[in-house]
Amino acid sequence: MSETTHQEPNYMGVFWWLLVLTILEVAVIYVPIVRIAVVILLVAMAISKAALVALYFMHLKFEKRTLAIIALSPFVLCVFLILMLTPDIFPR
Amino acid sequence: MSEAAAVMHMGAEPQESPLTPESSGKLGMWLFLAGDAMSFGCLIVGYGILRHASKDWPVPSHILGINLTAFMTFLLIVSSVWMVLSLSAIQKGDKARFKKFLGLVILGGLMFLGCQAYEWTHLITEILPEHNLSFSKDLFATTFFVLTGFHGMHVTGGVIYNSCVLNAVSRGRYGAKHVEIAGLYWHFVDLVWILIFTFVYLL
Repeated sequence: MSETTHQEPNYMGVFWWLLVLTILEVAVIYVPIVRIAVVILLVAMAISKAALVALYFMHLKFEKRTLAIIALSPFVLCVFLILMLTPDIFPR
Repeated sequence: MSEAAAVMHMGAEPQESPLTPESSGKLGMWLFLAGDAMSFGCLIVGYGILRHASKDWPVPSHILGINLTAFMTFLLIVSSVWMVLSLSAIQKGDKARFKKFLGLVILGGLMFLGCQAYEWTHLITEILPEHNLSFSKDLFATTFFVLTGFHGMHVTGGVIYNSCVLNAVSRGRYGAKHVEIAGLYWHFVDLVWILIFTFVYLL
């Protein structure tokens, strides 16, 4: 049996946060505000939800920092990819 | 493998990773997930770039069923909670509770796949033709099916994986560390869907 060296997180608390954020995400697309505000709100909420899952359900909050760096490495690739492809969207 | 052979096998395991001292398999799963996240990352970035560069991209919420997919998101979030509860149960040695929750995780995954099959059928036979869109001709439809299909394959893999873990724990061959590793995969599938739901359906 594996040893748990950290206290068990409040899983139900995380669940309620995820549920509330999902409801807010669906609601925000019907709110008559400028498009950029909707985009920023939706992206912020999606990243918050993903972070909650990674930190608490996947226990990344309680792991060694190097493991977190491994887990975040794909984002570096994504940023690189966006930077490389952006000139295609905005041609000179 | 007999119990004695299993013990010998575990004894012969190479020096454990200092990054995840409790199990080297856990580090293996994290490395796999990092690679898998790169695949999903490329697909999502590619989707975003194509959409941004396209002049006549339809508004996704006008074509795709937001209520159904919000329910599918809810299903995966709940199944993630069941997964952590099943891990908590096996860590406390409560096999009956573990089996109940992992069984629910598998059921949640199957329900998700059922909803996706319904959504795809509805889109292909009714909604896309109404909007004069098709899988082979339009980037909107192509990117949608590639992204959600790639994720659906992961859910299918997760359901099979979790079923194998449930069977192996029931036979006494797997313990809590194996459940934790399977849990990492399942939570990753949930995490990716959270991003797909936002970027493909809501934005």
